[in-house]
This record gives sequence, structure tokens and C-alpha cells, in this order.
Amino acid sequence: MKKQSPPHPPLTINNSLSSNHPSFLKAVFAILQKDISAEFRSRELLSAMLVFSLLVILIFNFALELDVKVRQSITAGVLWTTFAFAGTLGLNRSMAVEKDRGCLDGLLLAPVDRSVIFFGKMLSNLTFMLIVTIIILPVYSVLYNVNLFRLDLLGVILLGSIGYSAVGTLIAAMTVQTRTRDVLLPVLLFPIVISLLIAALKVSNGLLNGAEFSEISAPLNLLIAYDVIFISIAFMVFDYVVEE
Amino acid sequence: MIQVNKLIKRFGLKTILRGLNFNVQPGEFVALLGPNGSGKTTFLRILASLSRPSLGEVKVAGYKLPNESAQVRARLGVVSHLPLLYPDLTAEENLQFYARMYGITNYESRITQVLQMVGLEHRRKDIVSAFSRGMQQRLAIARAVLHNPEVMLFDEPYTGLDQDASEMLDGVLKSVAAEGRTVVMTSHDLVRAENLATRFDVLSRGVIVASAASKDLRKTNLLSFYKKALQVEA
Repeated sequence: MKKQSPPHPPLTINNSLSSNHPSFLKAVFAILQKDISAEFRSRELLSAMLVFSLLVILIFNFALELDVKVRQSITAGVLWTTFAFAGTLGLNRSMAVEKDRGCLDGLLLAPVDRSVIFFGKMLSNLTFMLIVTIIILPVYSVLYNVNLFRLDLLGVILLGSIGYSAVGTLIAAMTVQTRTRDVLLPVLLFPIVISLLIAALKVSNGLLNGAEFSEISAPLNLLIAYDVIFISIAFMVFDYVVEE
Repeated sequence: MIQVNKLIKRFGLKTILRGLNFNVQPGEFVALLGPNGSGKTTFLRILASLSRPSLGEVKVAGYKLPNESAQVRARLGVVSHLPLLYPDLTAEENLQFYARMYGITNYESRITQVLQMVGLEHRRKDIVSAFSRGMQQRLAIARAVLHNPEVMLFDEPYTGLDQDASEMLDGVLKSVAAEGRTVVMTSHDLVRAENLATRFDVLSRGVIVASAASKDLRKTNLLSFYKKALQVEA
């Protein structure tokens, strides 16, 4: 039976309605919360990233039938390859959801600085990458017999993921306007993040192989500088990227 | 309320708006008519600060675009043929999200009020993807009026709606206009535009080619006014 709508009461202008420009952080966290709520209901993005990551790790595990020592030496490479490709899946989907349903316009119509949208989406992408990481690490540890639960390594993964999601969110906002966005995102993203991935890989490798701090300090500094530079660039140019 | 002087918009080598002049007084309901490709949507996107003017002056609610776009957006409600809603969230969650983005404090009572206005109060906990096209469009209007905007822009709001949903939207648009808001609506539906608007502007090839107040047009005359405006331009 068709559900009947109740009669419409007339709308009166609510003069007491308190509407101001929202604070920067409140708006950023509103976007983050919205993305997490939508994702936990649809599970489109996380499930794709997770399944992809697990498959990559399994394929590497069976393709490279290596002894324990060699496995340790390739751990950082396999991990960062997995994060990079799974991250691309997430970045593409996260922006496509906004664009395809016109919601990007909805965000752009809010009376906030447009960098709020960048930081909100970046934090969402970072959160999803970290959730995938938390699930992937124990699986990897079991399959490859390598202990990855080290605070220093987790710190490097966090730094690398921050830089990756910052650049990725900016590039995804550019490519989402095009018809070939699925192809264009990795083509534009990987040349830019290659220095970040190499730095993250070197630091991770050094940590897993017990290198001295002096040996990893240069790539670690590069990693930190990369994060700061690209977050600053994105903050400055995001407005021009999303506006016609 | 809206002042546009010599507005030019180019996309690459293509010029969409060619020195457009447009003024709207507070409380006016202007129907912007014109054939496909005349620049209606581009013009509305510039007024909504979603697109930058290439040249010319645009002021909305006393604020200049694009320099004071955040102030303009705080006073603007936009409804397009896309609902700008998240299908995986409930109606209430969508409105809560937009209320937070607009900095509305104590938004729960306001959400109830706008949901009642569009007749969706009983569906507030339902996921938007389960809504019909007409219900989504009504919720889109609730979203657009949530922050109590002075100016409302409607871009082809009847696209994809069936007869019942269109009639319901008529009622909602009338109540939005009756509150004294300034409204600019693009439409191909001359009958609906005639019933709602207080002024009709015809846009062709990026300029306004004709303008008339509803009181100056006889009830059945909008179609001939529209056709004549386009013929003169051709």
C-alpha cells in the first residue's frame, strides 16, 4: 500500500536560525564523518581496497617462494607497492562518488574556504588507507614470517600515507573532472609520488634491517619535507583545481 | 539583490556568455528561459560561485564574485537537476551534514521544519537511495533552504520528475517564493514558469534578448513572447 505523505505545513522563515561560517576544523571533521558514515554503510571503497591488497600480498607470497632472510629484504617493497596501488583505488572512488552524484557541487556551495574540502577528503582517504594497513600488516606478518608491529615502522607508514593521500587527493580532484579519470589518476600520480615512495621504502627497509639512524635520516627528512611541501601546495591551489 | 554587468564567460576558445547584463530586485522570481546551449546553466553556476567569470562584474546580495564568494554562498541556496545528496546516508544525515557545513547551530529543529515543508518528515530515517526521483528533489529543496538563504537558484528543477512530483514541487517552490526570497529559475517548461515567476528573461547565445514582467504578459502569451524573442535574435 502506498504510504501517504502528511499535509505540508507552510515554511516560515526562522529568523532565530543561527547560521555562520563554520569553523575550519568543524567543517573538515564534518566531511570526514560523512565519508566514514557513508563508507561503513556502502562498504564499496574499503572492501575493494582490502581485497586488492590481500590479493597482491598473496600473489607476491606464491610468486616469490623465498627463504626467510630474502623475504625480510623485500618486505618494504611489497608493502609499499600494495599500499600505493590500493591507495589509488580508494582515491579514485572517493572523488568519483562526489562527482557522479553532483555532491562535489554541494561541497563547493558551502560557505567555507575550499581547502576545507581538500583537508576533509584527504583525512578520509588517509583514514581508509590506515584501516587497510591495520588489517594488512598482521596478514603480511603471518604469511611472510616478519614482525611488522614496530612503532618506528608504523610511524613511517603514517608519514608515507599522509604524503600519498595529500598528493592523491589533489590529483584525484583534477582527474575526476575528466572522462578518463580511472586511467589518468595513476598516470599523473605515480610520477609525482615516486620520490615519496622511494624515501618511504628506504626508511622502511633500513628499519627492518636494523640500520643506524644516520643511514635513514636523509630519506626520513625527505619524507617529512615531502608531506609539508605537498600539503602546502594543495592548500594553495585546491580552489583553482575544483573551480571551473 | 543580483547585479550582473557585461559578464563574459569563455571555456577555451568558446565564448558562452557574451556581455550579459542582468539585475534582480529583492523578492523577485525570475524565470530564465532559453534554448539548450544558450548559457543558462553556465550563468547560474557563475552566480553560485561554482564557476569564475572570465570578464565582467557579478554581485549577489551585495557581495562581489569571485572575491567574496564565501559570503555569497552563505546567502545562496541552489537546486539543480542533480539532488547533491549522498545516497548512502539517510535524509536526516544528509541534512545534518549540510547544516554542519553551513555552520548552523542547534540544527535539529530546523531539519524537522524543512523536512515537514517538503513532506518528508516521516522518511527522515530512510536512506536517500531508496527515495524516488521526486522525493530526492524535494529533499534537495530542503537542503537548499536549510540555512535560510536570501537568494535561491533553481537549475531545471523539474528534469526527470513525473506529473505528481512536478505538482508537488510547484507547491514547494511557491512556498519558497512566498517567503520573500529572491529566486532565479531556469526552465524549459513555460507553463510552470508562467505560474511561478514574476518576470521572464530570455537568454539566447549568451545574452538576454528579451525581458518582461508577468503583469505585462497576458496569461496565454508567454509562449509567443518566448518565440518572438528568439526569432528577433535569429
